Amino acid sequence: MSDFHDAFASAFSLIFDLNADLVEIIGLSLKITFSGVALSALIGLPLGAAVSLLRFPGRGAVVVVLNALMGLPPVVVGLVVYLLLSRAGAFGVLGLLFTPTAMIIAQCFLITPILAALTRQIIADLWEEYSEQLRSLGTTPARAIPTLLIDARATLLTTILAGFGRAFGEVGAVMIVGGNIAHSTRVMTTAIALETSKGDLPLALGLGMILLLLSLAINGGAYVLGDIARRELR
Amino acid sequence: MTATILPLVFDGLCFDARGERLIHDLTATLRGGVRTILLGPNGAGKSLTLRLAHGLLRPSAGSVCWTGNRAQAAREGQAMVFQRPVMLRRSVAANVDYALALRGLARAARRSLVDEALARAGLGDVAGRPARVLSAGEQQRLALARAWAVGPEVLFLDEPTANLDPAATRTVEEMIAAIHEAGATIIMTTHDLGQAHRLADEILFLHRGRLMEHMAAAAFFAGPQSAEAKAFLTGDLLW
Repeated sequence: MSDFHDAFASAFSLIFDLNADLVEIIGLSLKITFSGVALSALIGLPLGAAVSLLRFPGRGAVVVVLNALMGLPPVVVGLVVYLLLSRAGAFGVLGLLFTPTAMIIAQCFLITPILAALTRQIIADLWEEYSEQLRSLGTTPARAIPTLLIDARATLLTTILAGFGRAFGEVGAVMIVGGNIAHSTRVMTTAIALETSKGDLPLALGLGMILLLLSLAINGGAYVLGDIARRELR
Repeated sequence: MTATILPLVFDGLCFDARGERLIHDLTATLRGGVRTILLGPNGAGKSLTLRLAHGLLRPSAGSVCWTGNRAQAAREGQAMVFQRPVMLRRSVAANVDYALALRGLARAARRSLVDEALARAGLGDVAGRPARVLSAGEQQRLALARAWAVGPEVLFLDEPTANLDPAATRTVEEMIAAIHEAGATIIMTTHDLGQAHRLADEILFLHRGRLMEHMAAAAFFAGPQSAEAKAFLTGDLLW
């Protein structure tokens, strides 16, 4: 139990001292997660809507693959991105390995299938309701993509936040491609992993609590935002 | 109006769903300029026929032919109002604007058309409100305004007042009359005899997916030929 007591103590002292390292780590965590999820949303939402609305050969296979990729193991994603970005890899010349950009790319690989698969389902449900009206108005399937994405915005916001939650707490992939380098690619999750392996459990636990608090705050804010959106945008 | 897309010809129209034939060999010619009412009890195939005519469903056999053989003109010459209109989650004005944008109108041209359409529907005051907070009657008026705004030659209406109270029904019927007076051909389904009386120039009476009667409204109400239509008019249950 003393571990937990020490953890609380270290968490409090970290927060109230406004430890510069901690602020830097939190800042990087948020930056990488926001960028990764934003990028994923830009790709995943239109992709999911397109798979839902357009009829093309191999569509069934794409749906199955998207759904399967939702459960993609982060370490595997990390490994693949590592191979692609390493000196010998296809994109090695860009010199991105062990940079925050590499971590954003890995997050993007992880989150995009989740957003695309969930979006596909949401848009398919909405199309049930809208299809006759939209077809009557003369909407083509391609034109229906932005229309339905806009009309599903309240639900999609919740979906994006689910992706955010997953990206924020992710450790395997960002560890591999980022390398957990202090002042460069160290984020909350990799810092916790490091402190745990060093045996500094109170510090690790303290960081973990801060991570939880941030997650809670972000999700709480998102919930309120989603609630307002649902009421305003009926 | 340039070359008309009417008359509309159904030629041996059939529609099957799950192996069951729901529309049987329907052949009819619908003239332009009049208000044609598809009348019949629930399950007669009125809405299916309307959807087949509007191109939302594909016939299992037979054909729906618009005059002139110009697919795009036929498509753009039609609009439809549903029993439960789907409003986009945006403002009242934006809902009308969306329909106009799909017809390829420039933004500047759309604005005055939107204002005009909303004024005709008596919705000018609520133009900025989210469409989904309108009452059912207002939403149906908005649906009519949206359909009217694109200037269709043919307006399909599928039980447009089935979910409305008498007052809202009355305003909707007045709008339908105004749209007809402005030059549009009305093709509408209803199971409401009073409404058919008030609005119809011609009646297509359907029963169990078959066209039983097609004649001028006055003649139909004076003396229907089929036993089914007689029973329907006297209020007997039809099975």
